This record gives sequence, structure tokens and C-alpha cells, in this order.
Amino acid sequence: MLDVQKIIEDVTQVYGKSRTALMPILQAVVKERNYLEDKEMIAVAKALDLSPAEVFGTASFYTFLDTVPRGKYCIRVCKTISCHMAGKDEIIKALEDTLRIKVGETTVDKQFTLMTANCLGWCHKGPVMLINDEVYPELTPQRAIEIVNGYRRENAG
Amino acid sequence: MNKFSVNLTINDIPVTVPEGTTILEAAKKLDFRIPTLCYHEDLCVAGNCRVCVVEQVGAKALVAACATPVAEGMCIHTNSATVRTARKTIIQLLLSEHNADCTKCYKNGNCELQNLAHEYRVGEHVFIDLINERRLTIDDLSPSIIKDDSKCIRCQRCVRTCHDIQGVSALAVAYKGDHQKISTFLDHPLVEVVCTNCGQCINRCPVGALVEKTNIEEVWDAINDPTKHVVVQTAPAVRVAIGEELGYDPGERLTGKMVTALRRLGFNSVLDTDFTADLTILEEGTELLTRLKKVLVDKDETVALPMTTSCSPGWVKFIEHTFPEFLPNVSTCKSPQQMFGALAKTYYATKKGLKAQDVCVVSIMPCTAKKYEANRPEMRSSGYKDVDYVLTTRELGTMIKQAGINFRNLEESHYDSLMGDSTGAGVIFGATGGVMEAALRTVYEIVTGREVPFKNLNILPVRGIEGVREATIKIEGCQPEWGFLEGVEVSCAVAHSLANAKKLMEAVKAGLVNYHFIEIMACPGGCLGGGGQPIPTSAEIRNKRSQAIYNEDAGLPLRKSHDNPEVKILYEEFLGAPNSHKAHTLLHTHYTPRKRY
Ligand code: SF4
Ligand code: SF4
Ligand code: SF4
Ligand code: FES
Ligand code: FES
Repeated sequence: MLDVQKIIEDVTQVYGKSRTALMPILQAVVKERNYLEDKEMIAVAKALDLSPAEVFGTASFYTFLDTVPRGKYCIRVCKTISCHMAGKDEIIKALEDTLRIKVGETTVDKQFTLMTANCLGWCHKGPVMLINDEVYPELTPQRAIEIVNGYRRENAG
Repeated sequence: MNKFSVNLTINDIPVTVPEGTTILEAAKKLDFRIPTLCYHEDLCVAGNCRVCVVEQVGAKALVAACATPVAEGMCIHTNSATVRTARKTIIQLLLSEHNADCTKCYKNGNCELQNLAHEYRVGEHVFIDLINERRLTIDDLSPSIIKDDSKCIRCQRCVRTCHDIQGVSALAVAYKGDHQKISTFLDHPLVEVVCTNCGQCINRCPVGALVEKTNIEEVWDAINDPTKHVVVQTAPAVRVAIGEELGYDPGERLTGKMVTALRRLGFNSVLDTDFTADLTILEEGTELLTRLKKVLVDKDETVALPMTTSCSPGWVKFIEHTFPEFLPNVSTCKSPQQMFGALAKTYYATKKGLKAQDVCVVSIMPCTAKKYEANRPEMRSSGYKDVDYVLTTRELGTMIKQAGINFRNLEESHYDSLMGDSTGAGVIFGATGGVMEAALRTVYEIVTGREVPFKNLNILPVRGIEGVREATIKIEGCQPEWGFLEGVEVSCAVAHSLANAKKLMEAVKAGLVNYHFIEIMACPGGCLGGGGQPIPTSAEIRNKRSQAIYNEDAGLPLRKSHDNPEVKILYEEFLGAPNSHKAHTLLHTHYTPRKRY
């Protein structure tokens, strides 16, 4: 169970109860569980004397601070021009097929969420995807499926 | 002079201004108008719309006039070919993401974007229309406000208003890039979040993205319904602002013409909210004295002081969300609008031999929160919805125009009787500090038998524009029954705009200040700066309306609420005494704690 109060306490120890603490708290929550729940945003707003709208506004600005439920593994395929030219569409197609979801969706077992992202700075080695914090460059459709299978095994084992 | 002067030229004309002045302000000094959209003089600078760009000789790019301070030797051109082209492109880009359906739009005719599109003759769409590509919502669930994201140009005036002026932050900027939008928490409808319905965001939205929910058609229907007796009441601040909707300069007092216009619109009876403002003073003044007695004499610890006013529904909703622990401190008096509604369907109906269900009550208010207030479930003391429809000052302006009335040529006339008399004390309800002043005029006299010790009854310390003001008034020479107040210094505070109210209540909560009585108005300047008043608004405009209100007060023969002859009759024939059982049933209410988060 994610303890948002504990995270708030730890972070405000360092940054104080000001707006400066907002991003570190949100990042810490997302690190633990990939997305922010409504009640967590409310708890953060209370602690920092902000309105929930302000917390939501900040969170929704950042692609990596999700405000809707996400799977354990967030797959983000780069959709920007270099990766596009290098064949990101085939990668996405392969992932959609193996995971049986569309971009933006989460598998029923809540394990994988498939998303796209803007340039990840690996343009010279596209197409590239990110699974949580891990970068996977120079993908082929086959390679992408293998990587996902690796996560599946890790999870089952 | 503690500021350095800066010399520059604008369109080759030299000008000297203090350091820190923006190019926009310097140009204004020379009477060059630079178009703006995100800039608003009540708000901090955002610099995001870029329509105010000007050319600075020697600079690589155009600069935003609203966000750039002047520098020594600057040469600025506000209307070069480059500037005009850039501005036109910016307007075209804004329009490419805008649902520019002007003829169907509520703001048609009073829209800053439309004006600029017209001024720059933008013509055909040059850019691909992206309006259908954006995720857009219309929130029309609030009885006060409609928020239409397809009209939003993301200037963020509303966000700054709700944060800086109101301290509420119901709205924030969410998402980014082409998905950026103005959003509540998780995009919930405004009725489900901390929004106070104050309408200050509406007053500053340059386009039709935030507007009041209009009730004009319902009111016309009621007027045209032969089975209905339609009564209209006008709030104090409307008479000094309606002119702005009809081509007058700010600050005209148009009470008499407005009354005639309302009669011409077809209302069966034209009455005055000022009447119930006077009544509020008697009810609220008595409540204050009762609370003081319970605390000072009976040592009753269940009675809460300071007592705060309750006539501003924006403030009421704010305190319900933000300081629910202070709800016992809020006067139980309904607002004058709701007292009026409750009496119109009981007292007035009986006097006129009408059935309550045949009376329709319409209010003309400077306020959007009044629309919400009239829909509160508590506001049905007559057995019916006490106030049927609330129109803003702006909506009244529209109706007068629709009816083809030549307002300037109207003769002046008086309110109808029964609930049409008012005193100067009722009129000043429309300005910040006015309720306090009116209450002191009456309470002091009840207690001492003498008039308040201020020249011409003008209690200047509670007037003014500072966000929070304090005053104390020492009570001396009490009537025997009020002996317990002898020598007591009644200490009062006044705050306007909710950010100031929040500061004041936080000080009260922390025990840093000790007051007996606090007046709070949700809007800057009080109701005269309300969210239903003519657009635009600025400190200067609010100041002119305020002067008009105080002039109206000074010019009236009766200036103390307890002198209102019709209020006296109301007590004699119907209510008995202030705070009587009947008065409590009809004129008082209770509050609901709500969540801030
Ligand atoms: S907001 Fe202004 S420009 Fe847009 S449709 Fe309405 S009137 Fe026209
Ligand atoms: S009506 Fe008032 S409280 Fe509500 S969003 Fe607008 S400014 Fe904020
Ligand atoms: S709603 Fe109006 S004030 Fe708010 S950002 Fe949009 S256009 Fe500007
Ligand atoms: S374009 Fe894909 S990483 Fe840069
Ligand atoms: S008015 Fe200057 S950038 Fe918007």
C-alpha cells in the first residue's frame, strides 16, 4: 500500500511546505506506483495549502505524471520524427498485437500500459521505447515482443 | 522621487517615465493604444498571448509591450508594418483554434477577440481550422456560470483572477501544448468544486469562454404570462452601473430612469432590494446586539463572535468550503435578495390579495453568485422558490435594448410601494464597508439613543479601497437597557475580495486579532465590482461607481435603516419585532459545511 502521507512528510522535511515540494512529492508517488490517484492529489494539495486544481494542473502538464490508472509497466514508444522514419508504427503494431490493447490502454491484468512519448533523445538509435525507466533502442517488431515477454516471465517467476 | 526616470521614444515621440514602467504603460501615456488580450490591469502580467508585440529598434525579435519594462534610450514602434503583420498573424492563429461562431456567441458585440479580428480585418481563414482537433468541454451545470472551452484562448486571466483576487484557485492551467486547457480539479463541473460562483473570472474573460448562465428568456416568458404577477427587485449596485451597458460613462446614477425602464419592460411592480437591505440591518444589528449580550452578560460560551455578515453569497460559499469551523460566526440573516423573495410571496402577496404561487420574483443583481443562492434548497421559506429568476446588470441591459427603449429619454420615476422605500443606508450596501456603516448607524443609535458621532453620518474609516480595514467605535452614554455596553469599544473589520477575506479569517483563526463584527464582500470593491456588472472592470471604473453610491446616499432624505417607513410598517403589521419568531422563519437561514478538497 502506498503511503502518501509518509512521502509528503519525507519530502517536506527537505523542501519545506511550499510549492517547491510539489514536484518532488508527485514524482515520488509516481515512482512507487506509476500514476497519481485523486485522493493523493487531494492529500498533497492539503499539505501544501494549494487547491486540488493547481495540483492536477501541474500533474497533467507532465507526460510522466499520470492521473489515470496505469499498469505496473508503462511502455512509451517514441512517436517523434526520427523514430517515425525508423519505423515506430510497426513497433506499435507489434506491441498492440502481443498485448491485445491499443495505445492509451492498459491490459486487463493491470501489468502493461501502452503509450507514446515525444522524442526521448535517442534519435540516432530509433525506433526506441521506454519501459518504466529502462530504455530499449534499435527496436524491431520481433525484439519489442521479446522484451515484453521478458517482463512477462519476470513477473510470473 | 525614489525612482529613476527613463527616457525613450515611442513612434518617434520622446517620453519620460519612471523606471519599471512597461512599454504598454508608457505608450498609454502618449495615448497610443496597444492591443492586449492576456493583460488585465487588475492582474499580474502573464505575457502569453503576444498580441501586444511592438518593435524595439535594434532588438532581434518583437517584444511584448505588456511584459517588457522600458530602458533608457529605447526606440519603440507600435504600428510598423512588421508589427501589424505579426499581430494579424497572431490573431489568425488564435482564431484557428477558436470556435469563432460569433453570431451564436453570448459575447457577440462585447468580445475583445472579435474586436481585434474586426480591427485587423483578418478576413478568410489563413490557417487550418484546428477547433475540432481539440478536446473541448462545455460545462453548463452551474446555475451561475457557463464555461465553454471551445471559446477559450488560454490567456489565463481567469486563473489569475481566481488565484490572485479570490484566493480560491478553482481553475488552473492543465495539460500542455495543443492539449492545454483551463480546468478544474480533474475537470469536474464548477458546481462540484470550490468555485464560489463569484463571477470575477467572467468579468475578466476577454471572450465568450466564461459567461453567466442567462435567464432572460424565462423572465420574458413570465412577463408575458397573464397568470403571473411579476415583481422585480433591484440591488443597490445596479443603479450606478446599468448606464455602462447603455452607453453612459461609468459612475452615472440612473435610479429613476431604470425604474421607468423596468415598468416599460412590463413588470407588474418595481420594488427595491434596498428595502430589504434596510431590513437586514435591523435583523443583523439586533442579532449582533443579542450575541454581544449573550457573551458579555450571560457569559454564554456557545455564542460565536466575531459575527460576520452573510449578504454576499460568494462569501457564504467560500466560508462553507474554506472555514467551515467558522459557520456559527456567520450571521443567520439571509441576504437582502432572499429576504425580499420570502416577503414578496408572503407579506406582499397577502397585501395585494395574490396567491403566493402567482407571484413571480425577479431580481436584478450585480452578481452571478445570486443565481446560485436563489437555487439553494434553503431558500424556499414561502413554500415556493422565494426568488424565481436572477438577472445580472448585464442581462438587464440586454433586455432594455431588446425592448427598444430609448433609455436616455426616459423620465425618472419612483419605486412602487410596500417594498420600495429605501434609505441611504440600504444604498451603500453596494460598496465595500457599506453594510458595516449602515449597521453602525443603526446599532449605535439603538444603544445610545443618539446618532453615530461622525460628521453627516459618514463613517469614513470603514470606507475606502484597502483590502482589509479596521475601525473601532466607543459606546458611551448608553440607554439603560444597554448598560452592559457602556464604554465598550466595538471593534470591526471590513474585507473585500476573497483573497483578503482569507487573510482576515486566518488572522482571526490564529487569534492574532479580536473583532466583534466583520463585513465581508466576495468581490473587489463590494457588489459594485460584482461578477454580474458591466464589462470591462478596472479600479478606476469601480471607484467611479463607488462615488456614485456614496453620492446617492448623501442625497437621500433618510439615511438610517431604522427610519425606513415601509420597514416600520412591515414590523408593525407583519413581523412583530426584529428577530421575532416569524422573522426567523422567513428571514434567517443556516449553512452547510462543504469540502475544500
Ligand atoms: S468569443 Fe468572441 S470571437 Fe469567439 S465566437 Fe464569441 S464573440 Fe466571436
Ligand atoms: S466564479 Fe469566482 S470562484 Fe468560481 S472560478 Fe470564477 S473566479 Fe473562481
Ligand atoms: S476562460 Fe477566458 S479568461 Fe480563462 S483562459 Fe480562457 S479565454 Fe482566458
Ligand atoms: S525521435 Fe525518437 S528518440 Fe528522438
Ligand atoms: S497582452 Fe501582452 S502578451 Fe498578452
